[in-house]
Amino acid sequence: MGLSLQTFPSTEQAKAALEANRASRYLGGGTLLVRSANEGEVSFSTFVRSTDPALTSIEISAGSARLGASLTMSAIIGARALAVVSPAARAVGGPAIRNMATIGGNLYAPAPYGDFTVALLALDATLEIDGNDIPIGAFLAGRDDTYARSIVRAVRFAIPSSDQFRFLKVSRVKPKGVSVLSICAVLEEQDGLITSARIAYGCMADRPMRAAEVEAALAGKPRSQQGIADALALATKGTAPITDAIASAWYRSEVLPVHLGRLLLTA
Amino acid sequence: MARVPVQFTLNGEEKAEFVESGVTLLKALRDKIGDMSVKGGCQQGTCGSCSVIIDGELRLSCLTLAESCNGAAIETTGGLAEPGALHPLQHAFADGFATQCGFCTPGMIMAAKALLDRNPSPSREDVVEAISGNICRCTGYEPIIQAILDASRANSLSVA
Repeated sequence: MGLSLQTFPSTEQAKAALEANRASRYLGGGTLLVRSANEGEVSFSTFVRSTDPALTSIEISAGSARLGASLTMSAIIGARALAVVSPAARAVGGPAIRNMATIGGNLYAPAPYGDFTVALLALDATLEIDGNDIPIGAFLAGRDDTYARSIVRAVRFAIPSSDQFRFLKVSRVKPKGVSVLSICAVLEEQDGLITSARIAYGCMADRPMRAAEVEAALAGKPRSQQGIADALALATKGTAPITDAIASAWYRSEVLPVHLGRLLLTA
Repeated sequence: MARVPVQFTLNGEEKAEFVESGVTLLKALRDKIGDMSVKGGCQQGTCGSCSVIIDGELRLSCLTLAESCNGAAIETTGGLAEPGALHPLQHAFADGFATQCGFCTPGMIMAAKALLDRNPSPSREDVVEAISGNICRCTGYEPIIQAILDASRANSLSVA
């Protein structure tokens, strides 16, 4: 079956085109959707995209960022104000993929992809979808149904300080490879104790997930080997890791506490 | 399927062609324009053999739709050599035995060119990172890395 591309100058027009044709899909950078077409996916026949400049804007204000959903990983890496979160963007693919892959596409990427979304989840980002503000957790829970045909306009989050933000991607191939798992931690500390922890995993379920029990166990504890011991014991609680050619679910579960511990104890 | 016009510059030359809507740039370049220097490998964005430079950025032509390149400046290995003179990267790959079967070579060279265009004196780590999206299954990466470093030194010598 032949494919076609429809390009619209505004996101609203693209949204209308998506709604008018169930056999259409919204095209971000193409690293997932064109790939699936190349692999023979026949559930869609039309690519819809928007060249709306608002989708590639970066707004930084009062410690918060608002990023258009069509921004590429390279654009994030190149933005000085986003240097703190750039390791998560740098973890995505090689240079060519990073020049193409968008925030919006990453939000829909199934495991083992979607490393930047793991960071957005730990950052507790808010998504702008059809004029509504949607918490990223709610979006991820509904991305296969409620938001399956939505166009994410932008993401917003408070920019953490460099000592609050930690990101780790584990892969077998260096320097770049598909994730065994990824972890992002946003920690706040006061007087040597963790006052707030947001921990997100990639590849430990079919989509990025928060580690709620780990977060609770870290609260009020010092960031030391002994202080994080209870949290590490709960590291795999609630996880349902994927099994793929990169690693089995068993392997991912075995190595998660090790990597989480290393990440938390990073100076 | 409807055909749509696409227009871009390829290695500095204006190109205008009618292509099937939704066709990839890789197919358009090879099947319509006749630039066979671009290789189609995995078609999944994994191997990097189809790498081209679009408006100064390294991209994968197998995952880029031709229509989205309207007005763009596209560079491929087919346009690197001057008449009678190879590009320094091509020289370095040949001299350093950095190409064996040659299938990955066009993508490797475009990834290297994208690096040297923005960083003429890269470190070894820069080179490794620059070709991290390109797979070679026979030559081995060391000769390729060394060839790119040699090309960067040759470039800096010629500039000096």
